[in-house]
Amino acid sequence: MNLEPHLPALQVVVPLLTAPLVVLLRDARLAWWAALAASAMNFAVAVAITGQVLDGAVVRYDMGGWAAPLGIELRVDALSTILLLVVSGASTLALLGGRASLLEQVGEARQPLFMAAWLLALAGLVGILVSGDAFNIFVFMEISSLATYILVAGGPDRRALPATFKYLVAGTVGATFYLIGVGMVFMMTGTLNIADMELRLATVGDTNIVYVAAGFITIGLALKAAIFPLHAWMPNAYTWAPHVVTAFIAACATKVALYVLLRMDFFVFQKNLVDHELQFAFVLMPLAAMGILFGSIAAVFEPNLKRILAFSSLAQIGYILLGASLVTVAGFNASVLHLFNHALAKGALFLAVVCLGLRYRHLDLADLQGAGRHMPWTLTAFALAGLSLIGVPGTAGFVSKWALIIAALERGALGVALVVLIVVSSLLAVVYVARIVERLWFGEPPGENPAVSEAPWPTLAVTWLAVGANFWFGLNASLPGELAQRAGEAFLRHLP
Amino acid sequence: MTSLLTVFLLVLALITALGVVRARNLFAAVMLMGIFSLLMAAVFLLLDAPDVALTEAAVGAGISTVLLLSAMALTAEEELAGGIHPTPALAVVLVTAAVIFYGMFEKPLVGDPEAPVNTHLAPQFFELTREQMEIPNVVTAVLASFRGYDTLGEVIVVLTAAIGVLFLIGPDAPQGSRAPSGGNLAGGGLKHHQPLRIVGKIAIPFILLFAFYVQYHGEYSPGGGFQAGALLAAGIILFGLLEGREAAAAVIPTRVLKAMAAGGALVFGGVGVVTLLMGGQFLEYRVLLDHPVSAQQLGIVVIEVGVGVTVSGVLLLIYHAFAARGRG
Repeated sequence: MNLEPHLPALQVVVPLLTAPLVVLLRDARLAWWAALAASAMNFAVAVAITGQVLDGAVVRYDMGGWAAPLGIELRVDALSTILLLVVSGASTLALLGGRASLLEQVGEARQPLFMAAWLLALAGLVGILVSGDAFNIFVFMEISSLATYILVAGGPDRRALPATFKYLVAGTVGATFYLIGVGMVFMMTGTLNIADMELRLATVGDTNIVYVAAGFITIGLALKAAIFPLHAWMPNAYTWAPHVVTAFIAACATKVALYVLLRMDFFVFQKNLVDHELQFAFVLMPLAAMGILFGSIAAVFEPNLKRILAFSSLAQIGYILLGASLVTVAGFNASVLHLFNHALAKGALFLAVVCLGLRYRHLDLADLQGAGRHMPWTLTAFALAGLSLIGVPGTAGFVSKWALIIAALERGALGVALVVLIVVSSLLAVVYVARIVERLWFGEPPGENPAVSEAPWPTLAVTWLAVGANFWFGLNASLPGELAQRAGEAFLRHLP
Repeated sequence: MTSLLTVFLLVLALITALGVVRARNLFAAVMLMGIFSLLMAAVFLLLDAPDVALTEAAVGAGISTVLLLSAMALTAEEELAGGIHPTPALAVVLVTAAVIFYGMFEKPLVGDPEAPVNTHLAPQFFELTREQMEIPNVVTAVLASFRGYDTLGEVIVVLTAAIGVLFLIGPDAPQGSRAPSGGNLAGGGLKHHQPLRIVGKIAIPFILLFAFYVQYHGEYSPGGGFQAGALLAAGIILFGLLEGREAAAAVIPTRVLKAMAAGGALVFGGVGVVTLLMGGQFLEYRVLLDHPVSAQQLGIVVIEVGVGVTVSGVLLLIYHAFAARGRG
């Protein structure tokens, strides 16, 4: 039979239904293989859908055979596609390289349950991305959030548990706010389908309740996306999660929440709320700017490697939001590009952390001093991925930062100020990346450290693959560029 | 009259909620939570949402209370003083409430026939349910067929909860330091309370029977897999409370429960895969049989069974995980 028209459904259903099967497995190795196979298939489906989207299609699917808005519609456009690639790719790479680390950190007996949770997190995230229905997005947000809490709580240190609890409370409040907002919009429009919502809001857009709904949705998703100052849950969750989990969720979880934020605010509310663009300029732009500065500065002073990278993520989320808050096509383009490129850079960096974590129990910079002498390949990979995080020309990070600067300059004097901000925070990124590399290469090892060897080759190979992707997409940005441009065109159609 | 009753119940609910927040004794807080759920179930019933009311009563007032009590066996009964500063939290809650209140002035009134919710899609739901499914309960039609994919997602959410509990406190989880074990709930049951045992045991067969009624009558009257699964689990948990956890585990061993939890979701998803293989969309039941109406009904019945099996399996797994942990 021809599976092609079913690709959007398969994108979600394959990991979603593999998970219950994995729960029943007893063997750790088998569970890993099953999870890896489902995740790789997920990536393959995402690639196939990308092909369709690049041909100019918006890939649609009517769940249950009920036409939208009656039934649930899946709807994949360029914006969703670029994140589908990120999420399924990050999951596959992390699983591929993370087996040894997960066995060590989570233990063998619990692997089947852990792998099931992993697949559910993956299914939840891609389920959000392909959905064209506001309530369906909530359902899959629940799946991905719950599963992610399990993954984070799998960390070997007991501090993972309070970190998870904080994450759980923040995440639940965020999802509830989103649901309250969607409920209010439903009350005023009678529909849950996103496209239909946009049409039907036109007549009721100027009512208090719709403004309140937009506020709830924005704040709820900002909390889930760890937008400054709602990021308090994020650094600890990233730090105490198993290293492989951090590599996966740092590349995906907050970005998918940001995606929903962009989708709701730009594609549903944009046209229908009077002065909606003011919300982005007056509220989200300063938050983005403060997030960039705060995250970068905090990263410079943090002692723990994973926390440094977590605060750097806070700054990067700020960049993504900054581009969108310009409310221009170029700004939106830059945002989408940075969603993709930051996932590449941060994913590669956290994979290098996985390598280090296999040889070092504690990841404070003081403990890691001199690690580069024992693990030169790991450290070189880390340094190269760091270049992409900073935005050095030739890396993926440069492409999107450059696009962001160009987009900012369209805005005159304000734009110049923003460019200064971007340059300053990039210099701060130089400082914190250099600080790590310097301590790890040239620092004196603390005490009598037993001879540490290089990380095992599967993990190392995957890390280098991710580093290579940073350079590949830095020199040849046509794929993400094309998708970002199409996302920008779609965005343009929703401008008032 | 109805609105007066609703206001009365909501005021009671508010008082109960404040009581939950203020209670230092966790046992009292859990009990008040149960009362809160029961009040909300009554409100839902008054709002003409019997399906929601049944779920809230079974899950919120029944199962959640038992699970929270089992969890209490792992911790102290009194909340420690200090630690949390309630003022900022209270301020945030008040601001949120004020904002919702502000938004509500322009919303359509409850039951307004001209409200968008009632004019846009609802007429089509009623018509299509009558034409293509021939079942009287439109709520079941929406949940199981029109938005069956959401329901599959919710079943997976329930399964995820079980995975989380088993992962964190199941038999394979690392054994942390244990709090002194709690009372009868988690341990050997209420074997020494003869009256409770006798009265409780009389109730169990009726609960189980009612569970099956709710399961198989879901298309005709309020109910369905979620409520039935919760009721079934409630019956067995009640047995466990009376006779001890081991007795309940002997009725349905944990191994079987795990298979139920995963199997129900697989049955539901499997229906989708079958419709896909038979040339329809995912979860498009009408391709299952030659006669589309019977096919829709068949699809709904099968997935509701999947829902019921997963929900009961998961709830029992969670109960056993807490109770076993509290004992050791």
